[in-house]
Amino acid sequence: MMTHLLGIEPLDKTTLVALLDRADAIHEGKPPSDAVAGRTVVNLFMEASTRTRTSFEIAAKRLRADVVNVSESFSSSKKGETLLDTARNIDAMRPSVIVLRHGSSGSPAMVAKHVRARVVNAGDGTHEHPTQALLDCGTIRQKKKRIEGLTVTIIGDILHSRVARSNLHALGKLGAIVRVAGPRPLLPRGIEAMGALVYDRVEPALEGADVVMVLRLQHERMTGGYVPSLRDYSRFFGVNGKNIHAAKHDAIVMHPGPINRGVELSSDVADGPRSVILEQVAYGVSVRMAVLEAVAVTS
Amino acid sequence: MHAFHIRGGRLIDPRQGVDDELDVIIQEGRVARIGKGLATPTGALVCDGRGKIVSPGFVDLHAHLREPGEEGKETIESGSRSAASGGFTTVCAMPNTQPPNDCRAITMLILTRAREVSGVHVYPIGAVSRGLLGAELADIGELKEAGVVALSDDGKCVMNARLMRRALEYGRTFDLPIVQHAEDHHLSDGGAMNEGPSATRAGIPAQPAEAEEIIVARDLILVEMTGARYHVAHASTARTVAMVREAKARGLPVTCEVTPHHLALTDEACATYDTSTKMYPPLRTRADTVALAQGLADGTIDAIATDHAPHSANAKHLEFDCAAFGVIGLETALPIALSLVSSGVLSLPTAIERLTWGPARSFKLHAGTMPEGSVADVVVIDPDLEWIVTAEDTASRSKNTPFLGQKMRGRAVLTIAGGRALCDRSKVLP
Repeated sequence: MMTHLLGIEPLDKTTLVALLDRADAIHEGKPPSDAVAGRTVVNLFMEASTRTRTSFEIAAKRLRADVVNVSESFSSSKKGETLLDTARNIDAMRPSVIVLRHGSSGSPAMVAKHVRARVVNAGDGTHEHPTQALLDCGTIRQKKKRIEGLTVTIIGDILHSRVARSNLHALGKLGAIVRVAGPRPLLPRGIEAMGALVYDRVEPALEGADVVMVLRLQHERMTGGYVPSLRDYSRFFGVNGKNIHAAKHDAIVMHPGPINRGVELSSDVADGPRSVILEQVAYGVSVRMAVLEAVAVTS
Repeated sequence: MHAFHIRGGRLIDPRQGVDDELDVIIQEGRVARIGKGLATPTGALVCDGRGKIVSPGFVDLHAHLREPGEEGKETIESGSRSAASGGFTTVCAMPNTQPPNDCRAITMLILTRAREVSGVHVYPIGAVSRGLLGAELADIGELKEAGVVALSDDGKCVMNARLMRRALEYGRTFDLPIVQHAEDHHLSDGGAMNEGPSATRAGIPAQPAEAEEIIVARDLILVEMTGARYHVAHASTARTVAMVREAKARGLPVTCEVTPHHLALTDEACATYDTSTKMYPPLRTRADTVALAQGLADGTIDAIATDHAPHSANAKHLEFDCAAFGVIGLETALPIALSLVSSGVLSLPTAIERLTWGPARSFKLHAGTMPEGSVADVVVIDPDLEWIVTAEDTASRSKNTPFLGQKMRGRAVLTIAGGRALCDRSKVLP
């Protein structure tokens, strides 16, 4: 039983597999349950997002829930209201589920302690982005028919990536071998303790990989002095039509979006035959339906 | 003013080399007599000391009393009650008030308020730099004249090596130690907890131990250059302890403190995003807590200092990275020190020394020892008293402690400062 979805870390393997099985079934056209039909889902997005918010909104609507979107520009945070006050006020209107995207790590866990609604983490700071990891794992399973024993290489800004962290938890629980690669300033200390094999060069990290997951390099990382320039990053840490050949011939390429074309990923790879990027997006709706069902059942 | 007869307790006064079952008689605000089987003076209140420890009142080198300017968090009066509740009779007040204590007027204000409302002795610490801005020296000579006992920009590091050098040089003339909050702000920028596996897992912006160590290393070189007194505030890493140990071995005039929370907790406590585990310096690793305890045991670390930092609930009921840094500590320092005695890391007299004479000698305070004739700053401790930390029971105006709800062992049952009983759990007062 899953009350909230705050991250992948607290989930056991059985729960994880059950969610993916349910998402698969929905993805193959099985009719959704009416667990959240007629109930209210609030998408509380305190950080810019188009893809994830839209995906959650479509997922909720396909479950026939009433969806309310509260985004940063309309929220009270700019008027100085605290996150807890905002959350409590929304909760007073009795939604079944609050889907929260927030820039501070741990904020969904904090909110969950103070509201009646179920809380789904739609990305918190640099902590977790559990539905992204679920949709990534689901897409890998669809393509590779398994996860156990696969080598998955995650390339890019590992330090600031909640996607990398959630995937490290999920892929680890499901038995994959996970490599992380990037420039050393973007490799956090102690990432090995999360089960990652660490590389500071792209080519050896790609060698023999079944899955290549490329992360977005945010432009503000340059001002933070983590890397010298987009040019240098792209040249030495970008994935392109040349170095991708180090991976297995049938390796798939993934990206959580949005892509900086020509920076972390070249267009020929992003749009090439290995790319499953749009399939990730499609599967994302199914996964979020499975998640909303699962948490709503307990509310 | 009452007279007291503390009878049959184990008196530990490390400065005097005393550890024996001795009676203590307090009259007219002074320790009148110490001896075996003393007769109770007429009218004296009797405190049964059997099974208890009698010690000089504790000395805290590092507290934020928040007055003037932030009286919603703490006042000299409430901070003083918090101190007495924890067995402290002397408290050094950090200068990061609003306005900061960077001039005679603020020092005088603090001393005047303390005389009016505080039972414990309050010693102000003056700012190193005007406005704590790290640009130019505060009026150090005048601060000394007004009564400060040390200088610090605590809360911020004196980042500029040139200013630090000048502060050490100028401070030396006035025999004031420079108390450094060692943090390379460039390296620590934005870090809300210790850098390492726990922060990586929790996704909390982190700062490395090296941010502290680099400044301590630099400062020790400047101490060697200037010959001035230097005190490391809230040492938190194993390498800081090693560097201080080495500096002391070379005879440098260096002293060092550690907080109870850095002895008791590690950065794993931050993983739940509990903002009461957020403070500066951040909680470190198990290896660091072990090194700090060893440093305390072998005398590398002179004092347990609380870094009592009251914050309103509003400043803590926030996302971890947005919450204020700091925890209160005056009321829980003793049981944490005693837990190191139970675990065999410290002897009881050493633990008492680090709460009394160790801090007093670091800042050259007339405190932390209680020979006959001295001002009666005395605490009676029940080392076996078990109690639970609650908000209601906390005398501080703020309740931001990571130990809330936890069971503690050992507590002050009678705190006497200047001959007046400020905290009386033993029900000695009529």
